[in-house]
This record gives sequence, C-alpha cells and structure tokens, in this order.
Amino acid sequence: MILQKRYTPFFIVLLLVLLACFLINISLGSVAIPLSDVVASIFGGEVEKSSWNYIIQNYRTPKALTAIMAGGGLAVSGLLMQTLFRNPLAGPFVLGLSSGASLGVAILILGAGALGGFMGGILLNDWSLIIASALGSFLVLLAVLAVTFRIKDTMAILIIGLMFGSVTSAVVAVLSYFSTAEQLQQFVFWSFGSLGNQSWEGILILSLCFFIGILLSLVSAKALNALLLGENYAKSMGLKIKRNTFIIIVATSILAGGITAFAGPIAFVGLAVPHLTRQFIKTSNHLILIPAVLICGAILMLLCDTIAQLPFTEYFLPINAITSLVGAPVVIWLLVKKRKLLF
Amino acid sequence: MASEILNNVLIAKNLSIGYPSKKGDTIIAEGLHFELKKGELIGLVGSNGIGKSTLLRTLSATQLPLNGSIILNGSDISENTSLQRATQLSLVLTEAPASKNLTVLELISLGRQPHTSWMGTLTPLDLTKIEEAIEATDLVELQNKNCYELSDGQLQRVYIARALAQDTPIIILDEPTTHLDLYHRAYILKLLKKLAVEKQKTILFSTHEIDIAIQLADTMMVMTVNNLAIGSPCKLIEKGKFDALFPPETIHFDKTTGRFSVKD
Repeated sequence: MILQKRYTPFFIVLLLVLLACFLINISLGSVAIPLSDVVASIFGGEVEKSSWNYIIQNYRTPKALTAIMAGGGLAVSGLLMQTLFRNPLAGPFVLGLSSGASLGVAILILGAGALGGFMGGILLNDWSLIIASALGSFLVLLAVLAVTFRIKDTMAILIIGLMFGSVTSAVVAVLSYFSTAEQLQQFVFWSFGSLGNQSWEGILILSLCFFIGILLSLVSAKALNALLLGENYAKSMGLKIKRNTFIIIVATSILAGGITAFAGPIAFVGLAVPHLTRQFIKTSNHLILIPAVLICGAILMLLCDTIAQLPFTEYFLPINAITSLVGAPVVIWLLVKKRKLLF
Repeated sequence: MASEILNNVLIAKNLSIGYPSKKGDTIIAEGLHFELKKGELIGLVGSNGIGKSTLLRTLSATQLPLNGSIILNGSDISENTSLQRATQLSLVLTEAPASKNLTVLELISLGRQPHTSWMGTLTPLDLTKIEEAIEATDLVELQNKNCYELSDGQLQRVYIARALAQDTPIIILDEPTTHLDLYHRAYILKLLKKLAVEKQKTILFSTHEIDIAIQLADTMMVMTVNNLAIGSPCKLIEKGKFDALFPPETIHFDKTTGRFSVKD
C-alpha cells in the first residue's frame, strides 16, 4: 500500500506482454499474417496484401479488443466477488452470475419466438442481449447477496450460488424443450462463448460497459481494502457498508453481465486470474490489484483465444472450452502448491 | 469544570443496554453512569454471557442503547456520522480479519482510512502515524510479513497497531487476551498500559484475565447480573465486588492477594 512507485516496472512489463500478446493474437489464425504487416495495418501503413488489411481491421482487431475487455473485465469482477464475499472461490461463474446471464439470454432468445417473428426480430439486437444478460446476472447477484446478509457462513453462500446455477439451467432446459431448433442452435452457440463476429457497434457497447464497470471498481478500491478486514472493522473505520456494497455489486454485474452477453459465459477467468496475479504481486491494495488483475486477465484471454482459433487451420474451438482447460488446472495447481487459496 | 470535561473522554448517562424486541426488551444493565478519563486503562470483567460485548458494542455505537446517552468528547455519539466516530473511537474485535493475505504493514495502514481521501492515498502524516504505531507495538521486524505467517500473539499486536494508527482518543478492545498463553496475555495488557500512559489514550478492554487486570488497570468495571460496579481495583476489592463475580461455592476470591482460587 505504501510506495506505489515500486510497482511501476511491474506494470511496464505487464503492458509490454499485453502488447505482444495482442499483436500475436492478431497475426495468428487461419491465415498467418507477419507481425510487421500487423503493425503496419494498425498504424495505417502499407500492407503486402489488401485482404490482410481487411481481415485485420474487420475481423481480428475487434476480436482481440473483445478478448482484452472480456478477460480483463471478468477477472476484475472475480476479484471484487472474492473480496466482497470474503471467499477465495468466489467468481462470476461460481456464484451463479453467468447462469443468471444465461437465463436472461435464454428467456430472450427462446422466449422471443412466443412474441412472433417480427417482435422477436426487434427484441434480438445487441442492446437487448446486453440488457437481458446484465439483468439476469444482477438479479442472481441480488439474491445471493440477500442470502449473504442473513447467513454469515461463506461456504453456505457458495452452495447457494451453485443452487441458483442449477435452478437457472433447469429453467433453460424447460425453455429449450419448448423452442424451435433454430432458436436452440442460436442459444447453444451463444453459450459456447465467442469473441469473434463483433461489429464495431457491438465493441462500442461492450467498451461502455467495460469502462463503467472498471471505473466503479476503481472508485470502490478504498472500500474493498476496508472490507479485507471484514464488515465490522470496515464499519468501525467509517465505511458506509450498504452503499459501497451496492456499488461493488453494480460494477460486477455490469462487467459480468455485459461481457457474458457479448462473448457468452466464459468460465474460470474470473476465479483463476486474481489468484494467478497474486502470485506475481505481493499486495492486497485494490488500487494496485485491480489494474494488475485487469491486464493479466486480458493477457490470459488473448492467449486462450490464440489457441482457440487453432493457428494455420480453418477450425476454431469454443473459447469457453479453452478457458476451462487452462483455468481448472491452474486452480488445482495453486491449491496443491499453496495448500490453500487466500484472497 | 472545563478541564474536567476535556478529561472525560467518554461519558455514559443513564445508559441502559440490551436488545429490543416486540415482546419486551431484554435488559442487560440499566441506569449506568460512568466517565472514562484521558490516559486511563479500564478493564471490564464479568463471567461468560453476562453482556460485556453488548456494553462494548453499545459504547462503540455498533448497537443502539435502550435508553440514555453516550457523550464522546463532548458530543452525543448518536448524532455523529460513522466517519466522525471513526476519528474518535477505534476497535479491536475478537474476529480475525477476513483476509489473511494482507501484510502487517497493509493491515496497519488500513487504520488510516478515516483520515485518507477517497482513493486512500497515504500522506506523509499518515505514514508517520503508521510508523509510530508499528514502533509502539514492536512490529518493525514483522511489518513485511503476511498475516497468515504470524502467531496469535503477534496478530493481536498487529490489530492493536491498526487501532493506534487510526489515531483516536479512545480504543476499545473486546477480549484481546483470548487464545494467548500467560506470557502473551500479560504482554498485551502491559502494552495497553504503556499506550494509555505514553500516548494518553483511553483504553477500555474486556477480559477474563482478572488477576492481571487488577494489577494493571486504573479502573475496573465488574459486571454481574443487573449490576455494573466501577472503581479503582483496590476500592472494588474492599467493597467485595469481585466476590460476587462467580458462584462462591466454586470460585473463591482472596482479598489480600487479589487472586481467585478454586474451592475444594
């Protein structure tokens, strides 16, 4: 907390790694584009083939930006959850936030049919997806929080989060039963998670959610630090618990909800990245942790996406599968190595 | 008169404590009058479940009194905002901090929160206060350790240092000696005595270490069912207030030595 200057080199290294991952992510894919051309295209220089320019500007750059925002945003929302719930296992996925978002989107996509093709078509634009998904995760978070105020045991809260997850997946299953194959396919593809195929408009909406969420997180940094001591200590230091908890929850649901709407439910990033970051940086100050976790999340997501697009082939894997394949072993490795997870 | 008001850091007037409920209030103690003075070390004793924590919670405004008022440095505690209270009164609770990953230095710095800006950046004054707190509690060598590496006795010192860094005239501690061995119990209470004298703090602590508290505290509060006796340890011993603390058929209090012994 003291001497914030000594973190400057750390952040410079992180940003350089982020930049490298960003360029590599853009250069690799079904068509490999040399790094020099990637840099040239981004900065408006001459590119060897005009098709490369098209691929970079309309497909890969939006995808890489989405990866950065999705990875960073989910990781920060995981960090906030871990501090707020005083539980190292908390994260948007474990607490049922992603299931909530899924439920919102499921009701929108699968329920749109009931309103008829025309109305359904109007409902199904970027904004409505975002709102449905953010609303879904916000409601689940409120429910989890209502329980938190009654039950002090954090293990119980996790179990309740998991229960909400089961309930929402059950509702999704019921909804799927009554919907058409086409709608079902649309929903299943959304649930695989995908960073690609984002329009620049979509990126704009996503970045709006991202910046509001991160801004609210940074504003809450002092409150989050106080919460590390527990609610009673935080209160004794003059913290307005209810107001600050509300801001933290809004920040998390905007981040997790917005990102899930655009990129689908992405597992493990929110849980694993804060723990990974704590391995490199020995501080609990959220003013340092939030940006560090943000950049680490972005790096991890760019790497996962680079793997997911299976370089030099025309295939790509669902991003959700890759983050789980990378994230789960990381959590297990941390547990085995440190015997316990701390936050 | 004016100096007396300044000296009385905390005044309780006609205070009743307990829990309100629809069926009728559960009163733990009522009609309490007392003053806590500057630089005074006050020990609060009483058997388990008698209401020591309720009294401390009421005095720190974590819980509302059933009746009466608490005057904190001249102003009524119920009229202060939580932030104003945080600059007057700091707490050491029985619960461990939620995160054990904090370093000692970070945990102690958190005590400066009521004084820092919205970002929580530490000014040179904040750093001086933190440094003083670390020195007073003898934590210089431990300051960069994580809390999970510390023993219970060391942790207790860290919590006290955090309260010191908060730089309030009053510090209230809820059973700071639990889970500690005899040496550390004596060490912590001696530390509190030193802080009360050297830093002119008013320090109120609840404890089961009656023997040590009698030797160190300026004032004792002895809590029994529906009664709270307050005074210097010697006077309370003379009045036989400690005799009533525990059932006499099991525990006997020896007035000459100031110690408790088990009856055969």
